[in-house]
Amino acid sequence: MLPMSLVSRLLMALALVQPAAQGEFVPVTPGTATEQLPAGPLVIAAYAIIWVAMMFYLWTIWRRLNKVETDMHALERRKHTK
Amino acid sequence: MRRLFMPLLVVATAMFAYAPYMIDGAAYESSMGLVQKIFYFHAPSGMMMLLSAIVCGVASALYLWRRKPAMDHLALASAELTVLYGLIVIATGPLWARKAWGIWWDWDARLTMSFVGWLIAISYLFVRKYAGPGSDKLGAALAVFGMANVPFIYLSVNLWRTLHPKTSVVPSLPPLIRGPFWFSALALFLMYLLLLTARLHLERQRAALDALYLAEED
Repeated sequence: MLPMSLVSRLLMALALVQPAAQGEFVPVTPGTATEQLPAGPLVIAAYAIIWVAMMFYLWTIWRRLNKVETDMHALERRKHTK
Repeated sequence: MRRLFMPLLVVATAMFAYAPYMIDGAAYESSMGLVQKIFYFHAPSGMMMLLSAIVCGVASALYLWRRKPAMDHLALASAELTVLYGLIVIATGPLWARKAWGIWWDWDARLTMSFVGWLIAISYLFVRKYAGPGSDKLGAALAVFGMANVPFIYLSVNLWRTLHPKTSVVPSLPPLIRGPFWFSALALFLMYLLLLTARLHLERQRAALDALYLAEED
């Protein structure tokens, strides 16, 4: 019984140590915020990833579509020459 | 759908290009500062990931039931989009987390379940590519499980203690953040429709090519 109580107390203590998840966003009052670490490179990297991923996927669709349409034209040409 | 493609391309690209300017003008969040600007594309990408997983699951369930090829095409196109948007979520999240939480990754409920959902979509594509005959039905069953994971991903932040912001964040956004957020979300949704339309067209063309090959063999 005693170890169970100790375990539950330990778990409760751990739960108290863990920071709570944020429930809402609050806009900053102008002139009060200061940056401790540079966030610029992280934001730029995030936006670059989004753009590159979207454009790369669009390019892969275009490339695959070109291949299918080339095959279709070749097949139709072959059919007409028979 | 083909008539809608060009206007959709113009509007989606213009909105997608303009979104960073709107985000730049949005208010800084008090505790996170500049890095919170990742939120404007990270959260809508998460929404699109869940949306495409649902579309993939529903289309797959309908394909298993009715065996209509159009549903299979929709499921395959949606699975690719789940992987694409999942990649964006999983890549941009850690960039935000590094600054906001001090760590790149945490195996908490939201992050782990999102990662599992992304892996299910990748598994679907692997099954479709390498499992041979019957892979369409096998993949469809997998996609239904992928869809079943979606409510757990969404509710995980409310059900368990996580570092990730809760679902209450988006409905309670202040006006200075709300406008740019929904603008970005709409831009990403239009981009989703554009990519889905293009990918569906590819799948239809592939089906037409297969039909031509079969006709030639006969």
